[in-house]
Parts: sequence; structure tokens; C-alpha cells
Amino acid sequence: MLQTVLDAKPASDTATARDTTLAAYRFMLLARLLDDKFAGLYRAGKIHGGVFLGRGQEALSASIGVSLKKTDVFAPLIRDAAGRLAFGETVLDAVRTYLGSPLGPMRGRDGNVHRGKPQEGYLPMISHLGAMISVVNGVLFARRLKKISGTVGAACVGDGATSTGAFHEALNQAAVEKLPLVLVVADNQYAYSTPTSHQFACEDLAQKAAGYGVESHSVDGTDLVACLKIVGDAVARARAGNGPQLVVAKLLRLCGHGEHDDSSYVDPKLKTLPIGRDCLKTAEEFLLQKKWSDAATLATWRGEIIREIEEAVGQVQREPAPDPFAENWSAISSEHLSETHKEDGN
Amino acid sequence: MGTEITYIDAIREAQAHALRDDPRVFIYGQDVGAFGGAFKATKNLAKEFPGRVLDSPISEDAMVGLAVGAAIEGLRPIIEMQFADFSTVGFNQIVNQAATLFWRTNVPCPITVRLPFGGTSGGGPFHSQCIETIYAHYPGLIVLTPATVEDAYSMLLEAVALDDPVIFCEHKFLYRHLKAEKLPSEALPIGKAGIAREGRDLTIVTYSAMVHEALEAATELAPEGWEIEIVDLRSVKPLDTDTVVASVARTGKLLCVGEAWPWGGVTAEIIARVASEGYGLLDAPPQRLNAKDTPVPYHPNLWTAHRPTARAIAAAARKLLRT
Repeated sequence: MLQTVLDAKPASDTATARDTTLAAYRFMLLARLLDDKFAGLYRAGKIHGGVFLGRGQEALSASIGVSLKKTDVFAPLIRDAAGRLAFGETVLDAVRTYLGSPLGPMRGRDGNVHRGKPQEGYLPMISHLGAMISVVNGVLFARRLKKISGTVGAACVGDGATSTGAFHEALNQAAVEKLPLVLVVADNQYAYSTPTSHQFACEDLAQKAAGYGVESHSVDGTDLVACLKIVGDAVARARAGNGPQLVVAKLLRLCGHGEHDDSSYVDPKLKTLPIGRDCLKTAEEFLLQKKWSDAATLATWRGEIIREIEEAVGQVQREPAPDPFAENWSAISSEHLSETHKEDGN
Repeated sequence: MGTEITYIDAIREAQAHALRDDPRVFIYGQDVGAFGGAFKATKNLAKEFPGRVLDSPISEDAMVGLAVGAAIEGLRPIIEMQFADFSTVGFNQIVNQAATLFWRTNVPCPITVRLPFGGTSGGGPFHSQCIETIYAHYPGLIVLTPATVEDAYSMLLEAVALDDPVIFCEHKFLYRHLKAEKLPSEALPIGKAGIAREGRDLTIVTYSAMVHEALEAATELAPEGWEIEIVDLRSVKPLDTDTVVASVARTGKLLCVGEAWPWGGVTAEIIARVASEGYGLLDAPPQRLNAKDTPVPYHPNLWTAHRPTARAIAAAARKLLRT
């Protein structure tokens, strides 16, 4: 159906759609291969703490990243490697954070998916679900006070986060203030091990939007073209002043909650349903079928990406580790008010 | 405003001053707009500063989250919690979002969260709490507890100017109880404790409304020949250990008084520090007096027995003076 929509557009629009789709696909591939590398490093014992993959969510995530402008605001969650890269994160920053390099944006003070550059509109998630949504609201609210218009803020959550008070408070707040928030819910069927039947009782999470007085959009999260269209529309509507937009994508998490989790609890039936399709494979088939790319080009991309990732990992592994003796142990920027006892290092 | 300025006037004036001087400042909280706040701390400010004093939904979590986002964007939000007790609903955003931002990202988080706190007669379990300890426990926060009209004004101004998240504990009992002739033009900086009364026989270390109970206790003890020194902490985090230890060096005896619950509180922290850094200065085991370890009661008979009063402080001081 969505292909029909694209086909019906004039040639120049089709060219734009092709370029956008190819760009998004490349970010999906980059995210998948980067995730695979992190999983490998984790199994080799080279990563401290957990590794959290976005396998199965790349189409949705990349669609958000490519739909945003660099001046927008983005608060990704744990399965958004593709969106992060599309929004402008470098592979090096991702690797440096996972490996705890002091040269990375989090300097070894925080790791894995807790990374960002707030001064660039790329907000680093805390682990508490739903908590980033109101922070995005705050940036948008501040921009309005500063008379800066035309920016959009996107926040990503999963189905589990829709059960939190923070989600409710923030979506309601955005609605009351008519903020240009795009709240994207990846309904990936499980919150860690908990199936959606124990998470919510409505038919579709998109129904929640009506209660908040916000517009909603549902999308097949395994279909890149659909994701680009729906997320792109939601971003455009938010930018045009139509208030917060709730996007709910149905898909299946094609991995454990983290790499420590074998996800043996996932109902095998789900994997046979359309929802269980691998969005990367689906996108690739679409590109080949449309002749927007060919197998040789995609293979070349894969090779380039693997080289880029290997180079980044190699570089970061040669970088020094954080030095506790050189660390500034002040949790506040007003250092003269810091409680750290200089004499005992507490 | 008349010739007399109350503690709540000082808080309103400090906010007006901050709004006037710094276009980055705005106020966000429940009923703070046209209504002027539950305690009138923002009276007329929405009119004087259109679009900068804004009502929020009853969403403490989202209120603080929004403040953090605005701070990232370079603004200096003041969040009014209607009562300190309700800040627990926004606790996660305060201690995990605001308090960790600078450490994690090197981006400062200049937000001020105003907490109308402490007991008043009839307040009951959910409108009386002193929860400065729980915020002081978390790295990344500054926790202020002004005891005077002058400090309420100068410390709130300083809080808004700081680049870090500040928990500003303003005592509801002091709101209209305290009066000053004029607002101060200079003040001790944040991080410095003050000597509220000089003495040589015993040091009482306290803060906020308890400073006034301690002063009354000192007056009660004076005719008995005891000279009590009272240290007003002003800020519980950072905690000015030097001033406390210097006072104990003069008196040899320490009584810590707090309106908060006893377990692991500010008074315990002071005793730990004095025991560690000034053990040899003590002539008697240090003591502390706190509220009872129950929710804050409603009826005045129970409430006045629940928290330290001038009489209870005087009694505890007498006991310590005689050891």
C-alpha cells in the first residue's frame, strides 16, 4: 500500500523517497553491524556491564533519526542505535561510550546506551523509563520562551514505559503546552520478559492518544517505507504546530532485553507472524525489488561499514582508560561548594 | 509591601529580582501564575513578568523534567513545589536526572527547586515534612535551609545564579512569623554557616526554623548562667564543618538539633564529622535532638511533642551541660 503511495508521486518526489530510504537503510545496516560488534565484544568479555541491542527496531529508529533536523531534539532509548547514528552520532562516540573511553562524550562516567551530547540536542537517557520525555518538553518549552520556532523534539520509549507515571505526566504536559513533541513508542511485545498482556489492557497503545488530546499514528515497525512515511508525517505535523504526536510502531524485539538475556520466554509463534519479520531484511528486499539498489552495492556498503567499525574499535582500544587519580570527583560544577573531601579522596 | 518584610515577602522579592535581572529565569509550578501560588510566593509576578511565571499541571515529575530540559537549553528555571512533601513525586527527576547531568555530561543544570517545608500546626503527615536529608544524600545537589528573612532573600538569589541544581528548603512556619526591616545588600555566601548567638558553654548546631527554637532555649538558659553558642548551618549541603568544629573548640560540648526525622539525618552527619575531625575537642559525648520517628502528627498537642521545641532543646542542653 505504501509502495503505491510512493509510486503515485511525481518523479522528483520518488527520487527523494529513494534517497531517504537508501540513507535510512544504510543507518539501519550500520546500527545492526555496530550492535553485532558490541555483542561480540561483550561475549569476549571486553565490555563492562550490559549490552543492549536494537535488533528488529532499526527501521523505526532510523526513520526518526532521518526525519529530524540537526537543530531538533532527540532523546533515544536503549534500542535506538540506528536513530542515534542518523541524528549525527559518530561510530567513535558509540564505541568510546561502550568501552568507557575518557575521550568519549560520557568519559567513562556512564556507559553503553547512556550517551548523548545535550548541548547538541542529543539527550543522554537515564535508565528510568519515561523520564526523558519531559526533558524533551523542557528543551522545546525553553525554545518557545526564547522565541525559537520550527524545532521538533522526539522521544523514544517502549511499550513498558507507557505504564509509567512519567510517561503520563510528560505526554499530558506536552499536550497542555501544545509542544512539538513526537513521542515514538516501539511496541516490541516484551518489556524485558513481560508480555504486553501484562503491560496494558487497551487494544492498541495508539488509543491512549485520545485521552491526552493528541494526534496518533500507527505503523508497521517492520516496514521501513511505512516507518519513514508515518514518522516523517508526525514530525512534519509537530513542526507545523499541530501539537504532540504519538507514534506507535508494532514490531518484535529480535534479541534479548540485553545480551545477558537469551529471551527464551518469547512466544515462538510471534516470530512466524508478519510482526516477527526482520526489518533490515525486509528493507533490503524492498530496495532490490524496486531496483533502488543492487546486491553488489549493498555488499560494498557492508564492507565499508565493517571496516569503519573495526577501525573505531581498534582506535578506542588503544586509547587510555579513565584514571581515577586524575578524575575530578566533583558532582557539581560549582567546585568550591563540592562536598568531596580532598584529604581522604571520599 | 509595607515597612516590614516577611520571610515569604523576601522569597517573592528575590524571585522578582531574579526575573528582572536575568531574562533566562522563569518560574513553573502549580498555581504560581495568576493565582500567585498556594503561599503567595509568586503574587503578582505573572502580571509583572508576562509569559515567565507559568502554571503547571499537577505533575511533579514532569515539572522537574521540564526544568532540566530548559536548563540544558540555557534557561534558569525556578520550580515551586506546592509542598516539599509532594516533591517525592518528582524525586526521580531531581536525584537521577538533575543531579547526575553535570557529572555525566559536563553540561551544568542550573535549576532551583523551591520546597515549602517543615511543620506548621495542623499540617499533618503530608504537609509538614522536612526532607532536606534525603536530597543532601545525593551527589550533585546543593541543599539550602535559610533561617532568616535576609538569608531567604540572598540565598534564593544566589541559588538561581548558581550553575547547579539547588533544593531550596523554605520553612512554612517562618513565612509570616519572621519580619525584617529591609532586604540585605550583602550576605554570607552559600556554604558558610553563621553564628546566630555567641556563647562559651555549649554549641547548638541547627538550621531553618529550629534556629529560632534554639535561640529561645538559649534565652531561657541565660539566667541559669549558661552561655549557649548557636551555629546556623544555612546550607546543609555543602555543610560548613569548619565553623562547627571551631565552635565546638570554643565550647567543648555539642548538641545538634533538627526538625527532620532522626535516622541518618543532618544531625547524625554533623556528629559524625565532629567525632572524626574534632574528637579531642569534646568534653562530653555529642548529643542530638530530632523529631520523633513517626509521621508528623496533625493535632497541635501531638505536633509540639513530635518536633523539638525551645523547651525540649533547653532540657537537652541542660542535661548535656551537667555531664
